[in-house]
Amino acid sequence: MAKATFEVPELSEYTEVPAVKPGAMAHSSTFRAKEEFQQDLGFPGELVEDWQTKAIDKMGELLGKYRSLRVYMDACVKCGSCTDKCHYFLGTQDPKNMPVGRQDLMRKVYRRYFTLAGRLFPKLVGAEDFTKEVLDDWYCYYHQCSQCRRCSVFCPYGIDTAEISMAAREIMDSIGVGQKYCNEIIGKVYKIGNNLGLPGPALIDTIEGLEEDVYDETGVKVRYPIDEEGAEILLVTPSADFFAEPHVDGLIGYGKVFHEAGISWTISTYASEAANFGMFIGSYENMRRLAQRIREAAIKLKVKRIVFGECGHAWRVAYSFLNTLAGPWDFLDPKYPVPQHICEFTHGLIQEGKLKFDKSENDDKVLTYHDSCNVARASRMGDTPGGQFEIPRAIIKATCNHFYDMDEDTIRDRTFCCGGGGGLLTDDLMEVRVKGAKPRIDALNNVMQEKGVTHMAAICAICKTQFSKVLPYYGMEMDQVLSLHQLVSNAIVLTPGEDDDEPDGDEDLDNDNETDEAA
Amino acid sequence: MAFLTNFYAFLFYFAAFVLVAGLVFKLVQYSATPAPLKIPTTPAPTTRTGVVLRMMREVVLFESLFRGNKWTWIFGWMFHFGLFLVTLRHLRYFMDPVPFPIQLVQPFGIYGGLAMVVGLAGLWVRRFSVDRVKYITSTSDHLILALLILIGCSGLLMKFVFHTDVVEIKSFFLGLYTFDLKPLPGDPLLLLHLFLVASLMIIFPYSKLLHAPGLFFSPTRNQVDNPREQRHIAPWAKKLEQQ
Ligand code: HEM
Ligand code: SF4
Ligand code: SF4
Repeated sequence: MAKATFEVPELSEYTEVPAVKPGAMAHSSTFRAKEEFQQDLGFPGELVEDWQTKAIDKMGELLGKYRSLRVYMDACVKCGSCTDKCHYFLGTQDPKNMPVGRQDLMRKVYRRYFTLAGRLFPKLVGAEDFTKEVLDDWYCYYHQCSQCRRCSVFCPYGIDTAEISMAAREIMDSIGVGQKYCNEIIGKVYKIGNNLGLPGPALIDTIEGLEEDVYDETGVKVRYPIDEEGAEILLVTPSADFFAEPHVDGLIGYGKVFHEAGISWTISTYASEAANFGMFIGSYENMRRLAQRIREAAIKLKVKRIVFGECGHAWRVAYSFLNTLAGPWDFLDPKYPVPQHICEFTHGLIQEGKLKFDKSENDDKVLTYHDSCNVARASRMGDTPGGQFEIPRAIIKATCNHFYDMDEDTIRDRTFCCGGGGGLLTDDLMEVRVKGAKPRIDALNNVMQEKGVTHMAAICAICKTQFSKVLPYYGMEMDQVLSLHQLVSNAIVLTPGEDDDEPDGDEDLDNDNETDEAA
Repeated sequence: MAFLTNFYAFLFYFAAFVLVAGLVFKLVQYSATPAPLKIPTTPAPTTRTGVVLRMMREVVLFESLFRGNKWTWIFGWMFHFGLFLVTLRHLRYFMDPVPFPIQLVQPFGIYGGLAMVVGLAGLWVRRFSVDRVKYITSTSDHLILALLILIGCSGLLMKFVFHTDVVEIKSFFLGLYTFDLKPLPGDPLLLLHLFLVASLMIIFPYSKLLHAPGLFFSPTRNQVDNPREQRHIAPWAKKLEQQ
């Protein structure tokens, strides 16, 4: 059991809606970005003079640029439907972590400066001046939102608190109040190419090592190409996949799938990051700049298709925004959607009967599946709505004999966030992360008790890292979370090449390495 | 009585003006604001027709609210459907001759009035009894509920207890179309009812009542899920590409 400096919530069979406890998380503010990291992104280094006016001007600008923000500021009727839907509220009891409570932090400022009622009768409509206290509240609570969109599912007007958190972070960045974790990471991508700050040569080294490991393990020369011009597919994957457990087992799996498909592929050292933290900070410009790297890499490597590895928010940006930010993709093969998810790719091959599996390789596990929030509610896989739920499950069922879903209220579009998304996957927010994970872990615990589930598969680097870290707080094992493509990797029957040995078959890829902060 | 008639005539001209001008302003503002990114809450329809159906389910059935909270849904839906029937019933004061469907709906309008008041009362109780809802409620939320309940109750009282001269009311409103002021009955209950309705019209474009037009503009509900097939780009974002 991990040591905690705060009280870890007790698991319950079903997550109950707690009583409100104002101020319960007011002490938890994430670390501020230092001046240098702010400047890499084009933001002021510290709180600017005249910040109030500048912030209100920025808010006015965003209200004119984003219809979501404009409509959502007006439309809320305080019906309360969203109040018990946020995992951070359920885990912390802080009413400012209720989605509408979080929105109201901005709405009260909006009403004060942008509406007639708020200008004339501030008290009556809950409007407030933008004071330093309000700004501190913004910083605190807009960094306790993982932008998971669960609230938007249940709101009668689809009000998406993620949109408001993003706008708030953009406003704060513009007056010099940025978050260390996100902004430092974005700077690393600009300078080095990925979130982990893994430079090209080190990456090439790691990947070569990986290739050897897979050969030793299987006796089959599965290739893990990097920067290979003229490959058919560019694989863009979260940098955690390059070495951290359990992520890397997923990457090993992708390679085996490409091997069996007989399609050439490559990773790029330049676009060696799928995640796009520009979204977390609501900055269109930074999101676009990050996305352009993928376009440049695709052109330089002369690929025909782009496939994304397992990553939740990355898939949202890829599926929903990439065409907008870095399109049009008319230089790629029009036969395939741009981009494709690795699950779509694998699933396609399964349907064509091109992959052979020995499911018994996964018989030591009983699986469940965690729908990552941004895959579930902000993207799709395949041709039909809901493919993002069915395709990963179909892959699990094709590779494993034992699979059980968690409680219906906690999966598919009602899935609970892991608690670490949206730029919160940092140690200085550990309390928020552990408490916010409770609803998911309640449901996991429930299938462990009732169905004997031993492992949970996920398709998101953040989810995987977050669970490895928080499961121990709840008395579970960090390696209970797996990459979905690790299951594929275990079960896939590889076709040996001409100069390969026969594979020994029963060797399993056990992951007993230490997991660390990744993604 | 001339003063009262003049006052109410002016009040309704003013209220109608504020309502229409305010709403038109908001509608123009909403439509002029671009949605730069595709953000439908998925699973979302992949066709326009699908989006129209999704929107209809939201407007008619309050589908998302149904998934979110059953009690609020029951009371909220009772109130709105009641309000809808009542509004239809009231159209007879504003049209001559009264179209057949509006004649048909008359008796249902009365049940609508009752449902509306019961629904509103239920919603109001939640504002006190559920601690989360209590926390997010501001004075204006109470006032709007009070306003609507008072409108409903004063209307029902005129229907069941203190009758008023509906023929004269009708001629008053029809007269407003042609700036021909006809006398309004001086019953206090009627005057209260009308005053509150005019207030409701005036606050509509300046309050959370904007949820009604807002829903139609909500990108998470009105967007088609086809970002890979069709490039979606806002004019201000297009400019970044030309740099
Ligand atoms: C397109 C038309 C409309 C739709 C889809 C709609 C939908 C909704 C929904 C889903 C709610 C939340 C549930 C509830 O609290 O009842 C709500 C609340 C509310 N609506 Fe509407 N509405 C519409 C038109 C109107 C109109 C015309 C009025 C009033 C004149 C109105 C007044 C209210 C009020 C006062 C509330 C808040 C009730 C409370 O305080 O709990 N709505 N509406
Ligand atoms: S987006 Fe997710 S984390 Fe943010 S308020 Fe909504 S439910 Fe909570
Ligand atoms: S569900 Fe939507 S309308 Fe209701 S309180 Fe929450 S944000 Fe406001």
